[in-house]
Amino acid sequence: MTIEATPASAAAKAPSGPTHPFAEFLSYFAANRGAMIGFGTIVVLVLLGAFANLFAPFSPIDTNPQAFLKPPIWQAGSVAGHWLGTDAIGRDMLSRLIYGARLSLLIGLAVVALSVTIGTILGLVAGFFRGIVEIAIMRMMDILLTLPTLLLAIIIVAILGPGIVNALIAVATVLLPHYVRIVRATVIAETAKDYVTAARLTGAGSLRIIVKEILPNCAAPLIVQATLGISTAILDAAALGFIGLGAQPPTPEWGTMLADAREFVLRAWWVVTFPGIMILITVLAFNLLGDGLRDALDPKLKR
Amino acid sequence: MLRFLLTRVSLVIPTFIGITLLVFVLVRLIPGDPIETMAGERGIDPAEHARLVHEYGFDRPVIVQYGLYISRLVQGDLGRSIVTHKSVIEEFSSLFPATVELSLCALAFALLLGIPAGIIAAVRRNSIFDQGIMGLSLTGYSMPIFWWGLLLILLFSVQLGWTPVSGRIAVLYFVEAKTGFLLIDTLLAGDIDAFWSAVSHLILPAIVLGTVPLAVIARMTRSAMLEVLGEDYIRTARAKGLSSFRVVAVHAFRNALIPIVTVIGLQVGVLFTGAILTETIFSWPGVGKWLIDGIARRDYPVLQGGTLLIGTIIMAINLIVDMTYGLINPRIRHQR
Amino acid sequence: MSYNRTLPALAIVAALFATPVSAKTLVFCSEGSPENFYPGINTTGTSFDVNSQIYSRIVDFERGTTNVIPGLAEKWDISADGTVYTFHLRKGVKWHSNANFKPTRDMNADDILFMFERQWKESNPYFKVTSSNHSYFNDMGMPKLLKSVEKVDDYTVKVTLNAPEAPFLSDLAMEYAGVQSKEYADAMLKAGTPEKIDQEPIGSGPFYLVQYQKDAIIRYKTFPQFWGGKAAIDDLIFSITPDASVRWAKVQKGECHVMPYPNPADLDAMRKDPNVTVLEQPGLNIGYLAYNTTKKPFDDVRVRKAVNMAMNKKAIVDAVFLSSGVPATNPIPPTMWSYNKSVKDDPYDPAAAKKLLAEAGYPNGFETDLWAMPVQRPYNPNAKRIAELMQADLAKVGIQAKIVSYEWGEYRKRAQAGEHQMAQLGWTGDNGDPDNFLNTLLGCASAKSNGSNIAKFCYQPFEDLVQKAKTTSDQAERTKLYEQAQVIFKEQAPWFTIAHSVQLKPVRKEVVGFKLSPFGRHTFYGVDIK
Repeated sequence: MTIEATPASAAAKAPSGPTHPFAEFLSYFAANRGAMIGFGTIVVLVLLGAFANLFAPFSPIDTNPQAFLKPPIWQAGSVAGHWLGTDAIGRDMLSRLIYGARLSLLIGLAVVALSVTIGTILGLVAGFFRGIVEIAIMRMMDILLTLPTLLLAIIIVAILGPGIVNALIAVATVLLPHYVRIVRATVIAETAKDYVTAARLTGAGSLRIIVKEILPNCAAPLIVQATLGISTAILDAAALGFIGLGAQPPTPEWGTMLADAREFVLRAWWVVTFPGIMILITVLAFNLLGDGLRDALDPKLKR
Repeated sequence: MLRFLLTRVSLVIPTFIGITLLVFVLVRLIPGDPIETMAGERGIDPAEHARLVHEYGFDRPVIVQYGLYISRLVQGDLGRSIVTHKSVIEEFSSLFPATVELSLCALAFALLLGIPAGIIAAVRRNSIFDQGIMGLSLTGYSMPIFWWGLLLILLFSVQLGWTPVSGRIAVLYFVEAKTGFLLIDTLLAGDIDAFWSAVSHLILPAIVLGTVPLAVIARMTRSAMLEVLGEDYIRTARAKGLSSFRVVAVHAFRNALIPIVTVIGLQVGVLFTGAILTETIFSWPGVGKWLIDGIARRDYPVLQGGTLLIGTIIMAINLIVDMTYGLINPRIRHQR
Repeated sequence: MSYNRTLPALAIVAALFATPVSAKTLVFCSEGSPENFYPGINTTGTSFDVNSQIYSRIVDFERGTTNVIPGLAEKWDISADGTVYTFHLRKGVKWHSNANFKPTRDMNADDILFMFERQWKESNPYFKVTSSNHSYFNDMGMPKLLKSVEKVDDYTVKVTLNAPEAPFLSDLAMEYAGVQSKEYADAMLKAGTPEKIDQEPIGSGPFYLVQYQKDAIIRYKTFPQFWGGKAAIDDLIFSITPDASVRWAKVQKGECHVMPYPNPADLDAMRKDPNVTVLEQPGLNIGYLAYNTTKKPFDDVRVRKAVNMAMNKKAIVDAVFLSSGVPATNPIPPTMWSYNKSVKDDPYDPAAAKKLLAEAGYPNGFETDLWAMPVQRPYNPNAKRIAELMQADLAKVGIQAKIVSYEWGEYRKRAQAGEHQMAQLGWTGDNGDPDNFLNTLLGCASAKSNGSNIAKFCYQPFEDLVQKAKTTSDQAERTKLYEQAQVIFKEQAPWFTIAHSVQLKPVRKEVVGFKLSPFGRHTFYGVDIK
């Protein structure tokens, strides 16, 4: 579930000159309004998540038997203090959403960290050693890519058992092939180049060449893919939660909250609306950032 | 062309075998067993359980089970569901048309809106249109569709009452399933009211399922068009005095078609993932829901067969997309 | 393609056959698809609902009650020792017909024998057709109970049991004993497609199957020659709608007339809707927490009593069942005959609980596990939420409970093997007989054979009463025995009885004569539409 688009307008238009690569990157990036909005949103979400205990007015799992399913503060029947209302067993929506930010960001990061690490290793191995190893790895990735991602994730969670960690593993597995492919392609392209040959001639070992020479060249595409991967990861983990296979109640994960809220869809719009908005905002922010990063890093990718 | 075709097909075969093996192993790894799950609170007598396990062949070594499975697979037998005892192929083919109908309508929705939107955005690059379309499409791409579906139901079905809440057709219409595609079956039956009923049931799910592909197609069309519009021959065409519409519609778009077709091909897998969620939300009687139920009931044959069939279909579509490339762009054929 | 040319012709033909929307169509928004059309191997209420419209049984439950009334058998005699049942069958009972099969004879003793033998005798050619897992027939103990089933003449069947069994007639009124046509079975066997009888069913019930589309719709028509008289409605439709909120939206819009299993959250709106009546009745079920009476510390009745008193039942029922459950006192539901109203429940009294624990030698409490099912069940909407509430209550008296769960099939198996200390489970009654609760769930045999008695409760005074009641055929006497058994149950406290879930059914006002079934079944014969 990634957009593999060619360079968009910002990159093509931005001024170019003999500047430091990082400064160049920054100027591209800062010129991209969307990317800046995405970045700003993510900063806010990270702060909310990191200091959830300070921002959230209530504990996310404490129930209030006096306030079951109360609407947000601007609607009749609301209860003071519960700004965005309460859920079916009297938990504060706002607090759950804030703690949910922590959870969703952690899920996104953990999934991407896991699949980037394993993906990079597999990709390096495949690209560097070629032959039967490469065929085996790449066939395996083809198989993973052929099956619909959610179906595969559901089967994996069914094997491991529902829960947040297992959902995370499932989503990471599903995302794996993208990273393997990117790294392998870069490695193959790079190994053909002179500087690698030169390094080989000076007697550098395989591992050294991989780590010192090839890996840095995979960084740019990996960063872009990883940023976009976070949004996919959050979305897929929420989908698993929605089917009831992700985080288990009372964990305030947004997808799980939606699943819990489904039975109130006709009666309490707020329990259904807010978690979805949070998912949308977060995913959108990462997509904006990822697009911006790609545009800004792209000139170098095309080199 | 034939050689190209053969190479492609030969690449598909190991993937196919890999899928059968992967699916078989994964499904066996799922804890629990269908007989115990079906027994509910009453449970089942251990001797009776052992008899059934033996009858289904679950007590044999996994490798033997796999061998038997493959040998039956070669004869086109995917086994029978443990819950309904109907053949997996029969169940699949009775449900698959619903999924296809939904997916095709979603894809049509995505293409009909996405391609023009992408072209407009590219032609009016950096205008307010462009920014609006791109902003919307990125939002669509970021949409958690399970939530999107709930919202649309709340608004259009519950609040406004414009569309039905769920299902494929109002139950009062009795349409014989000739093709399984209700839009066609109702027309074959000449029942125009039933046809409209089917259409009205399709609208919301198709929009929900089409949202992500729409966003992807709009973005892809835009960037493909931008690339083509920047090339020399387009400038030449413009310089020759060809009308701007002709340039865009005929010359540029035809050349932008290759990446667009690729993306459509890639969307098949995405559509299927979306179909699982959409079918769950709209109680749409398709294969997505069937597979989810299959997992809950530990119905091995359904899971194995269903996943395999879907994997095969996706592979076949990818293959067709590859071929279409070859047709649109002869260069690719020779490169390989 | 000649598609365009043939279209108008087809349209005309189709128009001739298109059925006009008939005046009396009842639409039931059901919750799921049936497993198949052979009740003998069905395991879900959903499947039974679907099949009970099609098939008739030897005897039936009177609609809305657990009383046994004549079905295909007009009357029956029971021998003095309670082991021989002679059924006198109704004459002139017609079978449905379909494209594969036109019946040439009425229902007779051969069909009844076929019903028994298909589930009973491995030598029957149909024993393994579709599935050999005749789960209810086995669960009711039929293979051990039946000695012989003989055809005396075309309309008389003699069933001999190995031992007297009071609930036998109730067992035969259950859906698994639906009678299929032997003639149809023979014809399909000859044609080499025996499984057809379970997919394109022929029954003798009030409705016949017209169309089934998995996960979408089941369409029936009234069978005019039904032996009990033609049903009042003309068409019966099951519109399969898995989501409870969506079912309710459909009832609201008038797209359905009746729906099962409403969301407790929507109940307020349902009660306010002027077009809808919400029928309710405590269901024939029990949700409970079983103590493993063979494991420490729960082998001590004082500990069991103390834990019973430590947990706030009312709060649990209010929070988790909303208005869809009533706190339970006895192991059998209040709608069942012999329910003992005079039994008092253990009060919620943490102080007394603490005292009793100290007496039993646990002044500082103890550590235990607390099992919770991973799935929603009819008698328990959210076992995990209940476990969390229990955990909090128990902590107050010093008991540290750890919540444990497994995959559903695994859960039940491990609980039956007695791996737990405390485990939630429940039961939905099959035949309305107290034996089906008190003996099945709390009898010694079931404790020893790793059966449904997960408390492993085997207490001789209780056992004696229940066994005596099982072999007595006089209901008044049985009632007395069961009432006593319930008193002992409460004294011994092998369970914390949680709740009986209430059966709630929103029905539109234009529906006349719909009755709640104590078994939670949905029967549409006898229902009319204004």
